[in-house]
Amino acid sequence: MADTVRRWLAVWRRNALAWRKSARTALLAGFAEPLFYLFALGYGLGSFVGQVQGVSYIGFLTAGILSTSAMNAATFEGLYLAYTRMEVLKTWDAILAAPLGIADIVAGEVLWLATKSLISGTLILTVAAGMGLVVDWQALAVLPVVFITGLCFGALALLVTSFARSYDFFVYYITLLITPMILLSGVFFPFSTLPEPVRFGAAVLPLHHVVEVIRPLVGGRIELGQFWHLLVPVAYAFGATSFAIWRFRRRLLC
Amino acid sequence: MSPSSLPIIQAYGLTKDYGKLRVVDRISFAIDAGECCGVLGPNGAGKTTTMKMLIGATPPTAGELRVLGHTVPQDARAMRARIGVVAQSDNLDPDFTVEENLRVYARYFGLSAAEVRSRIPELLELASLQDKAGAKINQLSGGMKRRLSIARALLNRPELLILDEPTTGLDPQIRQAIWQLLRQLRRDGLTIVLTTHYMDEAERLCGRIILMDGGHILADASPQALIRDRIESHVVEVHGAGGERWLATAPIGPEVRRERAGESWFFYGRNLESLVRSLDEYDDLHYSYRSSNLEDVFLKLTGRDLRDG
Repeated sequence: MADTVRRWLAVWRRNALAWRKSARTALLAGFAEPLFYLFALGYGLGSFVGQVQGVSYIGFLTAGILSTSAMNAATFEGLYLAYTRMEVLKTWDAILAAPLGIADIVAGEVLWLATKSLISGTLILTVAAGMGLVVDWQALAVLPVVFITGLCFGALALLVTSFARSYDFFVYYITLLITPMILLSGVFFPFSTLPEPVRFGAAVLPLHHVVEVIRPLVGGRIELGQFWHLLVPVAYAFGATSFAIWRFRRRLLC
Repeated sequence: MSPSSLPIIQAYGLTKDYGKLRVVDRISFAIDAGECCGVLGPNGAGKTTTMKMLIGATPPTAGELRVLGHTVPQDARAMRARIGVVAQSDNLDPDFTVEENLRVYARYFGLSAAEVRSRIPELLELASLQDKAGAKINQLSGGMKRRLSIARALLNRPELLILDEPTTGLDPQIRQAIWQLLRQLRRDGLTIVLTTHYMDEAERLCGRIILMDGGHILADASPQALIRDRIESHVVEVHGAGGERWLATAPIGPEVRRERAGESWFFYGRNLESLVRSLDEYDDLHYSYRSSNLEDVFLKLTGRDLRDG
């Protein structure tokens, strides 16, 4: 077991070192952009909207932005950078010539992608707390949730990458799944305002459930009932990781 | 038999199919400790597929394979902890420096930090990259990258080194340097298996040649034995416009084997003196008279057809 984790960490540390070398631009995309959305929409739109579900609009939006940033951080690296490592740099080929297998690479990558989500979530939470948008210390419980969100969307992104023959392929996933999820999961407005068939469709996907867990935590409430929602991203994480391992084995060991 | 006298590689009936296409067809061979074995063959001979099977990167369709006593592919991960692999195209990490490349790769083998600290200077010296420890990969020349790839494959002190076309695409001077490095490793007792389509490379480096074509092993012997047993001792190569005219009267005995490739004729035999003398009268013909080499064996056994792709 210790040996298995050591192999996963070797892959994780390779990615962490590469990230550190380009952290400045990586942070700009993963951190500054969501904050622009938070402030522009939160204060701009918030002045028309007033209160939503008993909190200021920007307070409401904070939970949504935390959730989508966690999703995006893992998604984009799991698509574009993982594909580059696999197909362009042949980093995975080099790793597979060492005593590691496909499962080690996928597990190490998924852990790293979740770490990206955690970095993005931590920074946004810190700024939001500094602005007084976070109610209480309960909000720290957001961080493990953000990590789970990263496991889920990181694994899904790798699964998509396992089917990709070029970067163009990712447009389908982003346009047909990621974007609708951002718009229909209760990020910008309450989920309950959507018509029932749309709600049903969005509830099948993981992001809505992440928002449902994060929002009360940002608002300073811990409700045990909300944690059931976590089963959805956890199930997606396990399902997508296993499927991705199977796919990459067929693709790379042939 | 003690474990140390077991062959490093034992392949029996090794076969690989891609769909209906049989790429490697029931090949068997054993490679002993300390050997340097070159796997030679035209494009599509099955060399690279065989190498991929050896390191567990693709499962054989049939046959048995043991490397360092490990059954492959079932036990390939444990086996790979004890071998070094140099891929055909360099897959170094361009984001990292030379030293970081080695440090990151050492983690995949679980080497301790202390071990890595002492190993890296040794390997940089071996690869003549001492001054380049902090250089980025894209600042290195092709030859430096190749030497770093080889150094990286030696991090875990492997018992077997596998190289896929180690000097393809490199300048002649750089190829010499790579050969020197590989000869040094061989002298140190490392078992080496490499693929190549350069005959001079195989002849210089390898004590043993496995010649493959169409997924089969056509020959398996030392380069000297191949040249002695598989081809006539001498060859005259003739090309030029007046060839047809000379051929009509040339003293070519029945014991001389001839081949034609485009504008050139090749005449193989033991005694070709009279044939060479007859050429002197034809100013428009160019010829060379030499002892046969590995390339002649290769062409005789695999034919002169062009293989693309």
